[in-house]
Amino acid sequence: MEQPRTLSRRDTLKSISSGFGYLAFSALAHQQAQAESGGRIDPLAPKNSHFPARAKRVIFLSMRGAPSHVDTFDYKPFLQKDDGKSGRSGRLSNRKLMGSPWSFSQHGKSGLWMSELLPGLARHADDLCMLHGMHTDVPNHPQAQIQMHTGSFQFVRPSLGAWTLYGLGTENADLPGFVALNPPAGSAQAFGSSFLPAVYQAARFGGSARRFRRRGNGGSAIPNIANPVLDRELQRMQLDFVQDLNRQQLARDKHQPEIEGMIESYELAFRMQDELPELMNVQDESEKTRELYGINGSDTDSFGRQCLLARRLSEAGVRFVELTHSNWDHHRNISTDLPARCGEIDKPIAGLLTDLKQRDLLKDTLVVWAGEFGRTPHSQGGDGRDHNNKGYTTWMAGGGVKGGFSYGSTDEHGYEAIVDKMHIHDWHATILHLLGMDHERLTFRHAGRDFRLTDVHGEVAKAILA
Amino acid sequence: MLSLKRIYLILFALGGASPLAGTDLPSTEEIHFFESKIRPLLAENCYRCHSASEKIRGGLVLDTRAGLRGGGDSGEVIVEGDPDASLLWATVSWADEDYQMPPKKKLSESAIQDIRKWILMGAPDPRKSDEIVVSREMDIETAREHWSFQSPKRSALPALKDQSWPRQDVDHFVLAKLEEKELEPASAAKPETILRRLNTDLIGLPPSPDDVAAFLREWQQDPEEAYNKKVDSLLESSHFGERWGRHWLDVARYAESSGKEINSTFPQAWRYRDYVIDAVNADKPYDEFIREQIAGDLLPAEDDDEWQEHLVATGFLALGPKGLNERDARQFASDLVDEQIDTISQAVLGLTVSCARCHDHKSDAIPTTDYYALAGIFHNTRTFFGTVNQGNTRRATNLLELPKDDPVSIRTYSRKEIAGLKTRLNEAETEFAELTRDRFRQRRSGEPQTQSANRRFQQLRSSTALMRSKLQSIDPKTGAMKALAMGTQDARSIRPTKVLIRGEVDKPGPEVERGFLEVLPHTAVSEKPAAAQSGRLELAEWLVSPNNPLTARVFVNRAWQHLFGRPLVSTPNDFGVSGSVPTHPELLDHLAVEFMEDGWSIKQLIGKLVRSQTYRMSSEFDSGNHKIDPSNEFHWRYTPRRLDAEAFRDALLHASGQLDTDRPLASPVGNLGDPGFGSRLRRSEDGGTSFEHRSIYLPMIRDALPQSLALFDAADPNLVTGTRESTSVPGQALYMMNNPFVIAQSRAFARRILNETQQPRDRVERAYQIAYGRAPSRRELASAQSYLRAFYKASNQGKSRRKLGQGRLALESFCQSLLASAEFRYIN
Repeated sequence: MEQPRTLSRRDTLKSISSGFGYLAFSALAHQQAQAESGGRIDPLAPKNSHFPARAKRVIFLSMRGAPSHVDTFDYKPFLQKDDGKSGRSGRLSNRKLMGSPWSFSQHGKSGLWMSELLPGLARHADDLCMLHGMHTDVPNHPQAQIQMHTGSFQFVRPSLGAWTLYGLGTENADLPGFVALNPPAGSAQAFGSSFLPAVYQAARFGGSARRFRRRGNGGSAIPNIANPVLDRELQRMQLDFVQDLNRQQLARDKHQPEIEGMIESYELAFRMQDELPELMNVQDESEKTRELYGINGSDTDSFGRQCLLARRLSEAGVRFVELTHSNWDHHRNISTDLPARCGEIDKPIAGLLTDLKQRDLLKDTLVVWAGEFGRTPHSQGGDGRDHNNKGYTTWMAGGGVKGGFSYGSTDEHGYEAIVDKMHIHDWHATILHLLGMDHERLTFRHAGRDFRLTDVHGEVAKAILA
Repeated sequence: MLSLKRIYLILFALGGASPLAGTDLPSTEEIHFFESKIRPLLAENCYRCHSASEKIRGGLVLDTRAGLRGGGDSGEVIVEGDPDASLLWATVSWADEDYQMPPKKKLSESAIQDIRKWILMGAPDPRKSDEIVVSREMDIETAREHWSFQSPKRSALPALKDQSWPRQDVDHFVLAKLEEKELEPASAAKPETILRRLNTDLIGLPPSPDDVAAFLREWQQDPEEAYNKKVDSLLESSHFGERWGRHWLDVARYAESSGKEINSTFPQAWRYRDYVIDAVNADKPYDEFIREQIAGDLLPAEDDDEWQEHLVATGFLALGPKGLNERDARQFASDLVDEQIDTISQAVLGLTVSCARCHDHKSDAIPTTDYYALAGIFHNTRTFFGTVNQGNTRRATNLLELPKDDPVSIRTYSRKEIAGLKTRLNEAETEFAELTRDRFRQRRSGEPQTQSANRRFQQLRSSTALMRSKLQSIDPKTGAMKALAMGTQDARSIRPTKVLIRGEVDKPGPEVERGFLEVLPHTAVSEKPAAAQSGRLELAEWLVSPNNPLTARVFVNRAWQHLFGRPLVSTPNDFGVSGSVPTHPELLDHLAVEFMEDGWSIKQLIGKLVRSQTYRMSSEFDSGNHKIDPSNEFHWRYTPRRLDAEAFRDALLHASGQLDTDRPLASPVGNLGDPGFGSRLRRSEDGGTSFEHRSIYLPMIRDALPQSLALFDAADPNLVTGTRESTSVPGQALYMMNNPFVIAQSRAFARRILNETQQPRDRVERAYQIAYGRAPSRRELASAQSYLRAFYKASNQGKSRRKLGQGRLALESFCQSLLASAEFRYIN
């Protein structure tokens, strides 16, 4: 877990800089200064959780567009049986129930039901904890996406990742603690820190940041990660001079925690220039590993890269990594599009689980798979399904949840969660619980009151805890 | 517990002539019957499943009058005077097999008969609208005792041990506190230091080396005169409005796009930005400033210029974030109004009134009915924000056409361009009509629709809408873009407003009369909204009334914060019960009272504050003081502060000599193209290296602020920002180290130094003068020279690009170092 190579690189850098007679930045001296100054607290330093954590980090696989639960994880024999009959009463009565076109079977020792669309994941059935009783407030994508991330679809609130970072800090000082890979354009709010300090928002790599690559910012998806003019040695020299200026200022001011913070952030930034692009480069992984994730130029390549990056970042100590896979909104052409989407994620996610397991990381890494809601058991236009926020499925794996376990259920057709219902607030409360945090105690004072991720709601689903 | 008399008062105040949905007030006997028989019965047997504070089964709420009257999912539960037609009777008497309530245990026969009797009486219910909570927990009289709801009072200047220290009244209050806490005030700041501080605080720009030299000369003659003259000239500078206007834009959540899902651009929002800058420069009295923003369209105007200004001012109400893809028109209207109330109440009053949308305010005495009394004003207001209905945008509106044309047209279309546009629109419309017919035919015959036809249909729907909107915004005679603005107008006819139970649009409760917040003492004597208008005019007057205890306090607190680094009330948007109490209550009141007496003059207020000895203290650290007051709450020194995002970027351009101090025409947002889908709007440019205007003019796209702002804690325009964050994150460091804009400024800075100096040995000195407004010490000079030499040598061996020669590269890297350093980024 800890990164010896980071430390050694830091040492190397010190030796480079010491050649020029400038005072090299010393983490030790800094810590000492900090102790003397009476404790400015590094907002990202690792913090103790409320109680022992089952999961130390999160990999959140976000499926945008709302995948159909009744065609993937939520097996509904009655839906198959009632295929063609009228759906729910009310204004939808003219809609006809549509049995899943795909066959379901039981997998693993646990005998979890899964559809044939996800054969790779099916092999991990005994690792998965199915949450079949999910429900959320609004059947619109953007609002439901925001609510899934922040708990609120109406107000701008900090995202789950930001709360996690706020609560636990991060383990690798050389990397950001919350990373969003390939974030869709316009999704900043889902990864934002809102009223929490800005330091807790996600560093967003790829996606809309791609534009910067064309702007000549050093050939990377990370803004400003490389210097277009200076090589590392000259930049270190320059930085030593900057830090010298900064320390002189600090000496003049005698007490200036903010300048200490600035000095610190220059050093992290400098280190990130090395570690991040390297971490983001999956070329040095073995052929076997790349194949495990489906990084082979096929349809699985793109999401496979994300999954592999997620593993690398998690392994390097990033607290919360989120990946996005889009285009699950199957109003039409579900018969061709759903298998295509499933094909794109099945191998990469199965590979991720396998890889985490073989590195002994799955036990304390919580993998979460979720769309913003589910889809209707009745058909829309013969080959599609409409939005359904009343009942759907998400799953978790690793990080202290029961594997091969199924929690909650929808009605016989899959319209509505009826048993062990889990609202987004409950889901958030449970995730925080797994990370060792009490969602009622993780608060931040803003605008005169204590805010929580779960507002005034949320119940931990104790039944799923391993 | 409120007395019954109190309840009547509230009813009357809110309800006016017809307090609640046309029901007469219950008689004393009826109230007694309800209170002794019915309310206990409901509370004991029904609330557990049917109350706003517990559960709402079947959509039925029984702990409020409105809920009981409004009914549940199965419809109304009471028909006044007719128990047999009332669902409530049917269920409690267990007459209906499907509905038997309470489900487990039938009520006693006498209780059932009481309900029957009560319904026969007409179900008199004295509970105040839907606000049982008010009578249970809120006591308006007690609530009014909260410090900020009391009128500010001038108090005598406190007695001091050291009479020589104060320059201004302000100083008496500050020093009194320091003496009380046994804190020693810091010495006065040096002239270079105070000049840099003053320049940055008043106009957001550092002084030039010439400014520094001239000031030091005058200071030697007469420090007081030099300082006062400087204050006066900076207050008169046109840059003053760019600095202090930006502070207002933070609380006005100013942005140039709708944010949320669609994030369509607001290409006309800049007019409001310019209005704010001009108003601050003209020292428009703050009460007038607020009046215009809330009700400009309703104010009398002497001429078209004034009318135009008033209309643009109401852009304040139209600029907020909006979910343009909302399908439900009522929900959209309700959210829009909520956003307006939220912004006004936090920005002007320092209260979080929006909390009362769904329930009574948890800490302040703001019942839901007060919220809807305000909401009524805005539901009777039409808000115009533009955008185009296309794609998923469903809620576009028109814009206001301004009385005057722009002096310089933002864009003029040639006849040919207009004709071309018309032709293209015509063609597209024809094709669209054909496709629509095809789709209709196919739908009837059950023939499948191809994906490409669907896509084309959507494309045409968007492109025709965009072209139509574009044509509408062009003056057909001149070809110039019409002068359009965001803003408000009153509704054509004034309609009553209903409380929404739990804020849900499909759960309307009783009507409420439009009005203001009951808890503020001057509400009782304020003019109520006129019957024929929205009531914004009366709201504006109510907000800026000298009897309003909050408005002046909230503003002087903001001004204090911008000059002294921390506000007197540390929650500038919340002066309510859950907010903080002032560190210097008498001082806050003193400033508020004088602010109003001085005709709400912002410039006078700021002039007074910066002339104080408190402001002119140095930032010298003192460990003894620090032990007593570590966060400098009592102002024993000036707190060093980081430049905010705009001041920092402006200072970069200022140092490089590249700053264009003119105001640009309109906004770069207009060039982002037609209002578009969120997916098309990516992070807007910093203006790359080419946008060299002051940062207040950068494009402000919600969720996509320019890097130079977003990375440095600029206000997030999704929120009303009272206090900005001040973070030090690696993203900022990477920006300073590697961003092309910073590198370009460093380069220009180096070029400037080469131009302005003869001897290489003067370069370092010049660079220090420009960047820090001071000369380098001997040690600094030596250290800089040795850096330049070492860098030169190393770059000769290194792999760096050397197009410009190592000498230039070394100087550039040196310049960049100064810009990246703490001294440049902080004011002391």
